[in-house]
Amino acid sequence: MTPHPLSLARWSPLSRIAGEGAECNEAAEGTAVASIRQWSFVAYLQALPLAMVFLLFFAAPIALVVVVSFFGYETYQILIPGFTLDNYREVFSEGVTYSTYLITVKFCVIVWAITSVLGFFIAYFLAFQLRSRTSQTVLLLLCSIPFWTSIVIRMIAWIPLLGRNGLVNRSLLGIGVVEGPQEWLLYSEFAVILGYVHLYTLMMIVPIFNSMTRIDRSLIEAASDAGASTLQVLWTVILPLSKTGIAIGSIFVIAMVMGDFVTVDVLGGGQVASVGKQIATQLSYLQFPPAAANAMILLLAVIAMIALLVRVVDIRKEL
Amino acid sequence: MRAAARPPIFYGLAVLFGLFVVFLYGPIATIVVLAFQGPEGGLVFPMNGVSVHWFGELFRPQSIGDIWGAFDRSTALGAIVMVATVLFSFLAGLAFRRRFPGATALFYVVIASLVMPSVVVSLGIGAMFEMLGIERAWYSSALGAHLTWTLPFGLLIMLAVFNRFNPAYEEAARDLGARGSQTIRYVVVPIIAPSLVGVALFGFTLSYDEIARTSQSVGALNTLPLELEAMQTNATTPVIYALGAMTTGLSLLVIGACLLGVIAVRRRRESFGSDAGQAV
Repeated sequence: MTPHPLSLARWSPLSRIAGEGAECNEAAEGTAVASIRQWSFVAYLQALPLAMVFLLFFAAPIALVVVVSFFGYETYQILIPGFTLDNYREVFSEGVTYSTYLITVKFCVIVWAITSVLGFFIAYFLAFQLRSRTSQTVLLLLCSIPFWTSIVIRMIAWIPLLGRNGLVNRSLLGIGVVEGPQEWLLYSEFAVILGYVHLYTLMMIVPIFNSMTRIDRSLIEAASDAGASTLQVLWTVILPLSKTGIAIGSIFVIAMVMGDFVTVDVLGGGQVASVGKQIATQLSYLQFPPAAANAMILLLAVIAMIALLVRVVDIRKEL
Repeated sequence: MRAAARPPIFYGLAVLFGLFVVFLYGPIATIVVLAFQGPEGGLVFPMNGVSVHWFGELFRPQSIGDIWGAFDRSTALGAIVMVATVLFSFLAGLAFRRRFPGATALFYVVIASLVMPSVVVSLGIGAMFEMLGIERAWYSSALGAHLTWTLPFGLLIMLAVFNRFNPAYEEAARDLGARGSQTIRYVVVPIIAPSLVGVALFGFTLSYDEIARTSQSVGALNTLPLELEAMQTNATTPVIYALGAMTTGLSLLVIGACLLGVIAVRRRRESFGSDAGQAV
């Protein structure tokens, strides 16, 4: 379980990015300035295809969203170049905007709380309670296989379970716990939250597991030799050392839930709103500028939440 | 290590883990079972007979619309995205091993793409093609949108791989007279081959299942997940479950093939053996 002696930091391209250890291999690499220049030219060529993709399909479109959010618009005409704050005014003047943002943030907080606790304990089980590496790998694989299958199908799969005549309602009626079929199970906030937990808990498990496998086992031994119980070790040693993993998982979950419109669409069934859904609806009426303004506010909200997280936990340690 | 008694927490967590696995697989298992409904069967339990009727319906165009067209587009797009993801991430992984000006900025852009709400990316690409007057299509705008989703995963895997890559192998190759291209072809690629298979798996399946970034960038002809989402809103027969079972089966087949590939490579290596480290 100890890290491989050849692993990490020494050849880490990321530690160079983070500015650490940049000098340590200066002597080895800097045989001639000319050769470095030649090498960095090759590196540019190698990075070019990836960089072009992100320039054309990420940086440019996002910049365009910023610009378009200030454009005017009329029905039947998609984009009118110009500068107006009307789109933002419109977004902020409608009461529905506030309730939509509120409900989206609510989803985010609830899903984050459930997935982080669940993800932490499952990762702890995999990393510390299993003894053989094979069983760890097999069980982690078991958790991750659904991640590779269709998201839409995984959401649709809840319908025959939660619906009015679904399996859950039939069982509840069968054992006589309820009087009539429960309508709140499907096409409700409950269904949407269930869908999120179902889809995104893995996003927590993997980074937390990753952090936990890097914890030096002698620390655990030292803690228990000093008299700590299993729970005390969990709370005072393992939890603090898994913080970066929890933070990375949280960023994924926040980004996924805040921008989602597919889960809300399928499991909310038109009864539930979210910011992503609102943007998607505006786009279906080809209202690009108000959708862009809404997207900018969403983006700022996500960035604010992530910034807050990064302030609390230094993620770069994990890289 | 001596096998000590399991602490009580182990059993509690084992139960939690078991329930989680049921939670993960239960719904999918339900629709796979329901896909085998009899011809008169409905969308929910009980089973009204057992048949493969609804799988047969998949091949009758009037009952499912343009599903096969969407399927063809999704597999073709997945294959293109897979090749591009492996190639671009590998090359960029090599680039990041050297210091080049702008590396940090590029890295943060890639990470930003990973955490950017997909609806914003989708909207941006849609608006860009609209403004440029280029028709949106699965092989142009949606291809780009998919790459912004698969490449961050690909690059992060390659960075992790090269993090643990011992440059002594390349030095040895160079000392023996290998050119740069030969070192990559005969030394680097074979060593990291299992990880490249992993990147390919990410590339194909993430693209094949992508829906959020595709929605505004795909144009007139849908990919399979979008077609499924449209279909489920007015599904009245179990044919949608048959479709779900089929596409899940395909995903599992791809995952299985990749796992077998990685295991085969490992076995082959072990059978050749190595005495490295034996003297220590």
